Amino acid sequence: MIDTLLRRIAQSAVVVLAMSLLAFAGIHLVGDPVYLLVDPAATAAELEAARQSLGLDRPIHQQYLSFLSSALSGDLGRSFVFNQPALGLILERLPATLELAIVSLLISAVIGIPLGLAVGLRDGGWLKRLVSAGSIAGVTVPAFWLSLLLILLFSVNLGWLPSSGRGPVGTLLGIRTSLASWEGLSHLLLPALTLAFANTAIVIRLTEAGTREVVSQEYVRFARAKGVGPLRLMARHIAPNVMIPVVTALGLEFGHLIAFSVVTETVFAWPGMGKLIIDSILRLDRPVVVAYLMVTLLMFVLINLVVDLLYVVLDPRLRTKAAA
Amino acid sequence: MPAALAIAVTPVPPAPSPTRLLLKRFLASPVGAVALGLLLLLALLAVAAPLIAPQNPYDLATVSVMNSDLVPGSRSEDGTLTFLLGSDAAGRDILSAILYGLRISIGVGIASALIALLVGTALGLVAAHFGGQVDAFLMRIVDLQLSFPTILVALTLLATLGQGVDKTLLALVIVQWAYYARNVRGSALVERRKEYVEAAIGQGLPALRVMFVHILPNCMAPLLVTATLQTAHAITLEATMSFLGIGLPPTEPSLGLLIANGFEYLLSNKYWVSIYPGIALVLLVGAINLVGDRLRAVLNPRDDQ
Amino acid sequence: MSSGLPLLTVDGLTTRFRMPQGAVTAVNDVSFELQPGRILGLVGESGSGKSVTALSLLNLVDKPGQVDARAIVFKGEPLHRASPSRWNALRGDRIALVSQDPMMSLNPVIRIGEQLVETIRIHRRLSAADARRIAIDALERVGIPAPVERMQAWPHELSGGMRQRVAIANALVNQPDLIIADEPTTALDVTIQAQILYEMKRLARDSGTALIWITHDLAVVKDLADELCVMYAGRIVERGPVAELIRAPRHPYTRGLLDSLPHGRSAGGRLTPIRGAAPPLSRLPAGCAFAPRCPRAAAACGEPPPLSSAGGREFRCVRPL
Repeated sequence: MIDTLLRRIAQSAVVVLAMSLLAFAGIHLVGDPVYLLVDPAATAAELEAARQSLGLDRPIHQQYLSFLSSALSGDLGRSFVFNQPALGLILERLPATLELAIVSLLISAVIGIPLGLAVGLRDGGWLKRLVSAGSIAGVTVPAFWLSLLLILLFSVNLGWLPSSGRGPVGTLLGIRTSLASWEGLSHLLLPALTLAFANTAIVIRLTEAGTREVVSQEYVRFARAKGVGPLRLMARHIAPNVMIPVVTALGLEFGHLIAFSVVTETVFAWPGMGKLIIDSILRLDRPVVVAYLMVTLLMFVLINLVVDLLYVVLDPRLRTKAAA
Repeated sequence: MPAALAIAVTPVPPAPSPTRLLLKRFLASPVGAVALGLLLLLALLAVAAPLIAPQNPYDLATVSVMNSDLVPGSRSEDGTLTFLLGSDAAGRDILSAILYGLRISIGVGIASALIALLVGTALGLVAAHFGGQVDAFLMRIVDLQLSFPTILVALTLLATLGQGVDKTLLALVIVQWAYYARNVRGSALVERRKEYVEAAIGQGLPALRVMFVHILPNCMAPLLVTATLQTAHAITLEATMSFLGIGLPPTEPSLGLLIANGFEYLLSNKYWVSIYPGIALVLLVGAINLVGDRLRAVLNPRDDQ
Repeated sequence: MSSGLPLLTVDGLTTRFRMPQGAVTAVNDVSFELQPGRILGLVGESGSGKSVTALSLLNLVDKPGQVDARAIVFKGEPLHRASPSRWNALRGDRIALVSQDPMMSLNPVIRIGEQLVETIRIHRRLSAADARRIAIDALERVGIPAPVERMQAWPHELSGGMRQRVAIANALVNQPDLIIADEPTTALDVTIQAQILYEMKRLARDSGTALIWITHDLAVVKDLADELCVMYAGRIVERGPVAELIRAPRHPYTRGLLDSLPHGRSAGGRLTPIRGAAPPLSRLPAGCAFAPRCPRAAAACGEPPPLSSAGGREFRCVRPL
């Protein structure tokens, strides 16, 4: 198992390296790179000076190497707008995005998995029809419009929940989170629900398909034949097998949630990475864009790695080779 | 002529063409029929927008700020126009804006899907036909791209390329081609193993001909389903990007931009500026998705209940 | 030889499946009796309804299937009216099932030791340690080497033969009164088949457990069973003590089955199969289902033949041998 782990880490490192190459190519091959690293409003003399100080007159492979070495030491350029290291800005906003993504994931799991299990056990019925309709809605309704709808309903008309911003951040279980207070929670609720909407539909569909397949398996009948009651059957025999693909899919969905938070953060003015990136794109603050992409890509690779490991942990068939 | 030979031949009715059969089965489902009808209606409205819209919201001569922020159902200042779905801050009729917006959303969505289809299909066929290194290389790129959420890919592309219709189109094409490539490559690989392809190759027909004339027609069914669902996806993605302000420029106001414009009025409960365009978008994407689902069911008889 | 209260009395067992294309009767008016400690062989081709019979006896038939019976009486208790919780209490404890596919019978994410212990502890109040000991003992009895280590094994780490032994151990572990074995050796190597057969017979005799052995292979069961039931198209067509049935079968189908077995006669001789194929259960002919293939068929076979009894034997034929 250790060698699998090492192999996967090595593969991931290669992917990250490839990504850095692409990012570098993106900066240096699209237009004059100096514009990407210097305030676009600079004068010609300033541009020339910047070119020299940034080493843009050196051969390209040297530039790539210095790009890599500074990236590895955490230097991904400075933001024009804030005049701070780009990476620092991203990392500052990361906890807020993570909080949103994690809570959304939990919501979709808590709602989606039981519903999927319930529907997978039955054959038809009103619950299945309801869930089908919900699934289609999840895929069809765009997240950004849904958030507007929810704001209209809960903030403007009912006045129950705030429509923007993040609430006060307290400490819960040693982590700094806005879940520590009701006020913080109320700010988190609408964005998290919006983000969870499409994801919940996916979770339900996946869990339902998994349950249907597991229930038809021989070992479920075997368990029933030896007298296992319905509760234990579900808890010990069916659910663990269904969870294998579902949990790993949830892991991958986490990455998607982080990407999608771009939209939700913009609508709800949630101070995470997503909002920063949109603002930066519109303000042509390229270093921040590059920093965001590198951080996100790195997170994706990490998530994929963790999910692969999770698969091995959950499914004993992958741990040892089967006997001849 | 001997009487025995004067046999009356009962005419056999010609078998219905496969397209007609498809259509019949498609329409057998009420959901599919309604969805298709809705889709055709929306398409028609979009095409006919300049003719049927009560107002051209982008012709400044017809727009007056005296009509701004009117509630749905109000009449204009001079009484010539009824704002069925209300008006925005500049006095533009929302219903008209939606009709023109539909044109752009559908137009960009279909255009990007078609181009992506052409590029993806070509590459998928090439990968399947030549196999080996070519296939491995192409599929590695496809897998890599598909392992990232489309929104991230679109974001990256638009950040580097900048704003503009052509750039948005390019980004949408780049996002989508991988789905088509993978899809077609899968079907083509299956087809390749069949005897008719072996026969064609054995006859010495050139690779291109085999790929496009022999293999491709047999890959059409799943491709059609993918194309439908991808178009819906493209339209939603474009709307999202335009909403965020990094997609289509304000000169091409798609539904996404309309929704974005109305965002600031939401808090003062002037919901119509954002909500109605959203409903139009949901209807459009929903209709396409349902048509795609029904198409999938019809083209895979095993799955059809 | 059989006297006293039968262990299991099955009277008029009928299982129907309501399919979109019509109702299919997989088990049609099956009746038999089983004495304690005896071995009954249930023989039939695939599609004869024998597996569904096994599942029906354990109340494991799901919708769209429906099980009906005039009576199913087990140790004096009328099972055909039992509640689901009563069934759960009986299954695995008094009546156990060994099914055909050893590859997928065991849950892949639970160690086999835990699966065995589970069978014990859901029926008896025993400590985990005591249950473990019983499980290890059962593994030893079915011939699994190094049983203590094997308790920690995952199902996929065992070969097919081993897994089937574990399944048998699982059936034996609560010392049931009845084991229903549905083609337990069909999916295994021929050499392993012989071993498992021998061991099951020995285990059954040693513990006085009654056995219903379901198979399509008459050769396998004629050395194992005390009594045979031959099934065709969902019905029992002949029933009786093994030796007599083989010596003098009354139903043409049984005769056909016996004739198609390789006898010890001469190597290189031809086998005599029964011509034709069994009809699908959804399209049974009116009257005797075997008539289309029967060399003795006559006009009278157009009516469903009634069950005749003669001297401890039963058969469903109007023109018996």
